Amino acid sequence: MAAWFKRSDDRSPARTVVVTEGLWIKCDSCREIIYRAEVERAGHVCPKCRYAFRISARDRITLLTDRGSFEEREAGLVTADPLNFKDTKRYRDRVRAAREKTGLGEAVVCGLARIGGLPVVLATFDFSFLGGSMGSVAGEKLTRAIELAIDKHLPVVIVSASGGARMQEGILSLMQMAKTAAALQRLAAQGLPYISVLTDPTTGGVTASFAMLGDVILAEPRALIGFAGPRVIAETIRQPLPEGFQRSEFLLEHGQLDAIVERADLRDTLCRLLVFFAAAEA
Amino acid sequence: MPDGLDFEQPLLELEAKLAELRADADGAADEIVRTEERLDRLRRRVFAGLTAWQRTQLARHPKRPHTADLVKLLFEDFLELHGDRVFGDDQAIVGGLARFEGRSVVVVGHQKGRETREKIARHFGMPHPEGYRKALRLMEMADRFGKPLVTFIDTPGAYPGIGAEERGQAAAIARNLRVMSSLRIPVIAMVTGEGGSGGALAIGVANRVLMLEYAVYSVITPEGCAAILWNDAGKAPEAAEIMRITPPDLLRLGVIDTIVAEPPGGAHRDWEATAASVRSALRLALDALAQLSPHTLVRERYEKFRRIGAWEEEAAPRPR
Repeated sequence: MAAWFKRSDDRSPARTVVVTEGLWIKCDSCREIIYRAEVERAGHVCPKCRYAFRISARDRITLLTDRGSFEEREAGLVTADPLNFKDTKRYRDRVRAAREKTGLGEAVVCGLARIGGLPVVLATFDFSFLGGSMGSVAGEKLTRAIELAIDKHLPVVIVSASGGARMQEGILSLMQMAKTAAALQRLAAQGLPYISVLTDPTTGGVTASFAMLGDVILAEPRALIGFAGPRVIAETIRQPLPEGFQRSEFLLEHGQLDAIVERADLRDTLCRLLVFFAAAEA
Repeated sequence: MPDGLDFEQPLLELEAKLAELRADADGAADEIVRTEERLDRLRRRVFAGLTAWQRTQLARHPKRPHTADLVKLLFEDFLELHGDRVFGDDQAIVGGLARFEGRSVVVVGHQKGRETREKIARHFGMPHPEGYRKALRLMEMADRFGKPLVTFIDTPGAYPGIGAEERGQAAAIARNLRVMSSLRIPVIAMVTGEGGSGGALAIGVANRVLMLEYAVYSVITPEGCAAILWNDAGKAPEAAEIMRITPPDLLRLGVIDTIVAEPPGGAHRDWEATAASVRSALRLALDALAQLSPHTLVRERYEKFRRIGAWEEEAAPRPR
């Protein structure tokens, strides 16, 4: 069986576009066989269904910010394994492997940047770092980024791609939800805008905290967005889930999003929003 | 399921024996005393050695006092208020106005059912968005009128369902977290049973977080954690152990402020004694917070959650 049409059960690596061989790949959303070069040319977007493939934090930053403008902050913040956690592997080993795989210190990368010439604080998740899960470091980085924005009087853009709270830091992960939400309350009190961009996937404790608190909430097409995971819901209600359930289009229909924006238009849309808010402040 | 948990059986048997001795008119007094002492020793041994999973079972004990039970025992003149003014009245969350030792307070809590029909009506204490919106409405009312807010946490988590997602479960929880952080009133949360995930935290952003001795508080239920880590919900006992969900662990991690003692054998054995213990903890917290200005209450609550977490700072960012 050739590798290119084999459906992988291991969703996390398979759902990124990093396929090392083969001219053809299968879309993770519509399951169509698509020409890889065409997907890459479109910014890792399926030409058939417009699903935006998962991309790394670095690629996201390149996609959204003015060239050379990104100035990373808090890169030295790393996990302390507060629970001394071990399941089938030690948590410390999982983190070490994720750091080596991604070249990142943690699942969140944050810093100062410019978008269309306008300065912002940008934080973005990398799903390939332990499923973009939020533990103490992710929560702390986001909070410091929001505080930096308050300090410098800048808007905040957060691009989410996360399975939710990180199991391996237990309750401390849960508390990051309160911490980030509270920081955003302070940001709002300063009259500073926050734009939340939801990408595939955004679920659990990330959705139920900062991700749904944007003054403006945007999503990429066909992204999985929800609180409970679809498997948990299906097991609880013992019914098949409706077509398109918990996808961006479903959320838009139910009033949970401001807009769905194609990846190619995302930077321009952010720029328009930033111009609007900057003008309103003057 | 019988009311006794596995590890309670030896205690229940000994208690039955003691009851027999007491009922027996010509029972020897010294035999009764000896049995009482044995029971006391055994109970202490069993409860000192409880595993995290056994504590979880206690936290879920069907006879454990629920929010409505505690409200009856703790407050005078409770008036339940219903509905989110948008969609419906979620019975998994109850709330209203009450008096506590002469003070007006707003009360909000998760509510599990006791009989099957009630359990279903209350979705086993798992709220929908409208439940969180009802809670939010009451919190904002408390803020508007300067009344302290007391919340009781007892839920496996927010309800995972189609309607819940359609009506914005995540956004409802998120909004509560944010609004709670800005309330200019004393906020006290008490974990009375199960504190499960964002569904618990959505009424838990408080100045003081109190926790009953055999309650648990976690990022997800042990079953959920086991399903994620090992693809096997049956490994919940192992998950409970490694997740650090017990009051002593949570106190150490800075997540809770006070452990509220339960009567011997757990809250379900003596509601009155449990309520008395909760009452004094609540009074202490309310008295302390009454001294603080609205500004200080907001700032201290922010700083309390701001501190939570553990990380290391590497001397220099790694080169890329």
